[in-house]
Formats: sequence, structure tokens, C-alpha cells
Amino acid sequence: MTSSSTIHDVIIVGSGPAGYTAAVYSARAQLTPLVFEGSQFGGALMTTTEVENYPGFRDGITGPELMDQMREQALRFGADLRMEDVDAVDLSGPIKKVTVGDETHHARAVILAMGAAARHLGVPGEDELLGMGVSTCATCDGFFFRDQDIAVVGGGDSAMEEATFLTRFARSVTLIHRREEFRASKIMLERAEQNEKITFMTNTAVTSVHGDPKVTGISLRDTVTGEESELAVTGVFVAIGHDPRSNLVRGQVDVDDEGYVQTVGRTTYTSVDGVFAAGDLVDHTYRQAITAAGSGCAAAIDAERWLADHAEPGERTSTTTDDSDLIGARQ
Amino acid sequence: MSESTTGASTVAVTDDSFAQDVLASGTPVLVDFWATWCGPCKMVAPVLEEIAAEKSGSLTVAKLDVDENPATARDFSVVSIPTMILFKDGQPVKRIVGAKGKAALLRELGDAL
Repeated sequence: MTSSSTIHDVIIVGSGPAGYTAAVYSARAQLTPLVFEGSQFGGALMTTTEVENYPGFRDGITGPELMDQMREQALRFGADLRMEDVDAVDLSGPIKKVTVGDETHHARAVILAMGAAARHLGVPGEDELLGMGVSTCATCDGFFFRDQDIAVVGGGDSAMEEATFLTRFARSVTLIHRREEFRASKIMLERAEQNEKITFMTNTAVTSVHGDPKVTGISLRDTVTGEESELAVTGVFVAIGHDPRSNLVRGQVDVDDEGYVQTVGRTTYTSVDGVFAAGDLVDHTYRQAITAAGSGCAAAIDAERWLADHAEPGERTSTTTDDSDLIGARQ
Repeated sequence: MSESTTGASTVAVTDDSFAQDVLASGTPVLVDFWATWCGPCKMVAPVLEEIAAEKSGSLTVAKLDVDENPATARDFSVVSIPTMILFKDGQPVKRIVGAKGKAALLRELGDAL
């Protein structure tokens, strides 16, 4: 186990709009943030098609392109970006520890922006057939389902977006949703409803996925009558929401019943001094690229002010460099 | 995240070159089935570059653009990208679906290599 002697001002865990925006702001504030983007860098937008509602891009922009822009912007101001997954954090005490592999990094402040992970159906056949017809990324895999019959599971905006996108390739798309009413926004729902290739099946749950070696069908159950049925499809695209990726910090910062990291009032302060949180990790209400970016900005500003208020006398000048001689001597 | 097909350490293979470059290869070949429109493929690309550089000589890392080379993707039933298939002596011996970090990828390849 090696331990870097540098004490950073701020370490950001996670990328996506929240992490990258926090990186842009704290880099511009000359805090030289160390950012662990994770191997799934870019976050949820990396599997998104067109982002039509990110202000400033009036013709739309693809999710990966938007993330690439934010990433480059953070690099421009000197953020230290690492495509590595954090294995453990220790947020107790004034110097926080962030462990990646066999190396431990130190910082006074930490911004958590791990986002949320796509939820699975949790039915037989789903895991076994992942990549053989079960997909969590319509933009990646739609191409392989040209002129085929497929299903999209879910009732939110991402399910509508995926269903609509997939009609470019598929012969038919059946949209399967457990409830009668949809959480999707009106514009997305209407767009899907008006698409002749999309058939809606509401009050319907998927009970299993089958096929060998590739998906050939799914079993369904009517959530009102209990009636069971089969649907022949070669693809199943799962878009049933996300769960916050808070495992890394459970037991260290307060989370709510659903696992979202709790923040104080309208700030990004968590229950631990010097630890801030932003993006989908804290937000079960809005979950948009722009709100994630906004909270990433707020976290960077909160962290910057907190650092200024908590500076030890005479030390705030040298911490933005990797000058381990000066800083490491204090450890 | 550039759109370039290969970096310094990986090689590009096609439907035409697959038999010679992959199936007839004396060293194991990890083939990354990818496409320009696939976000997670971009996530895994730098990881594969690193693995290719580190395992140079004992493992070849090849990239196959499924958009331009649909026949090979079809032959190996690839319907999800990124899919990475390890070939040894002309046979697919390990299949990995989805972007993963370096440690996770090496762990999965570990047994088969």
C-alpha cells in the first residue's frame, strides 16, 4: 500500500455532468482538483442519444459529445483526470483518504458525484442473456436489431427516448410498463405514442427472458388481472430507472431510505464536514444533465468557500501544487 | 475520446482480414467489437490501449468496427457493444460484454489467458 504525501485541496469522485462541472469550477478556482472519473466515465449520458434540452445547444448534442466537451473544458483549466475506480474512502477526520487500487490519496475536501446505476429487472434470464439480446444501451445496440421485433421496458423519459430511437432500426417496438400512468414528460410520451411502430402494453410486468443462445421471447404478467402471456422478441431494452451509487460512502455520510446521499438545505453539504455531494447521487427529483451540472457547480463553490474558511494559518498558498516536500512534512 | 479507430498499441481488423489476423494468429487475440456511435465503447478504448501496451507480445488487442464489418459481428452473434471476445487458436474462448475498468477486465481475462 503506497500513500501519496500530497494533500490535495479537493478530490472529486465521479464524472458525468456533476463531476466534470465541479472539476471545471474548482480547477478555475485554482484548487487543482484530482478527479477519479471511474472506468464508466461520462456517466449516464454516455448511453444517451440526442440531448435536446441542454441549454446552449439549440440543435441538440449527443450525450457522449456533451461529456467530451465538459471533460476537455475541465482539462483546459488543469483538472487532474484519472479514469480509475475508487475502491474505498475514509471521510473521517480533517484529511480525507481516497483509495484507488493500492494507492491512497489525501484531500481536505471531497466532492461526491458517483451518479446512479441503471436498475435491472431482476428476472430469470436477464443476466444470462445480457449482450445476447438483453441490452441496457439502445444507442449502442439498436443497430443490431434491424427489421426485428423488440421490447422496451420502462415508463420514464429514457424508456420513451429509447423506444422512439429504436424505431429507426426495429420493425416493431413494444413498450412494456408496470403501471397505467407514465412518469415520462408529455413531449416524450406523445412522441412515442404518435410513432406507428410503437405498441404500448401498460399494467404489464416482465417475469422472465428466454432464448438460447440469443433472446427469443419474454414472459409477461398483467399486473391487474394476473394473466400471463408470451411475447416473441429478439431484443429487450431495459430502462426502468436508476439507483444512487452510494455504496462507497454508506455508513460514513447520511443517506436516505433509497440510498441517496442527503444534503443540507439548498447546499451540497453532506453530514460530514468537508464532504460535498452533487448530481444523481443526491437527486431523486429532477435527474437532468443540467441540474446535475448545476449542483456540481454548487458543490465546487461550497467546497472552495469551505476550504477558505478552514485554511490553517499560513498554508493556503502552496497547496495547489504537487509540492510534496512542503506538504508531506506535516503528515 | 477521439474518433480514431486505433491507438498506438491496438490493431484494426476487418471482415476481410479477420481469418488471417485473428483466427490464424499464433498469439491470443482479444477482439473489441465497437462502433463510433457507442459511448461505452469510448470508455473502454483507453483501457484496451493500456492492456495492449502492457501485454505486447503475449496478447494482441484488435478492434473491429461493426458498422463497417457486419459479417464478423454476425458470425459471432454480437448484438451488444462493446463486446470483447478472446480468441485462442482460432476459437472464441471468452466473451465479455460492456465497458469495464482495467482491473475488472484483466480479472475476467485472467483464467482464459
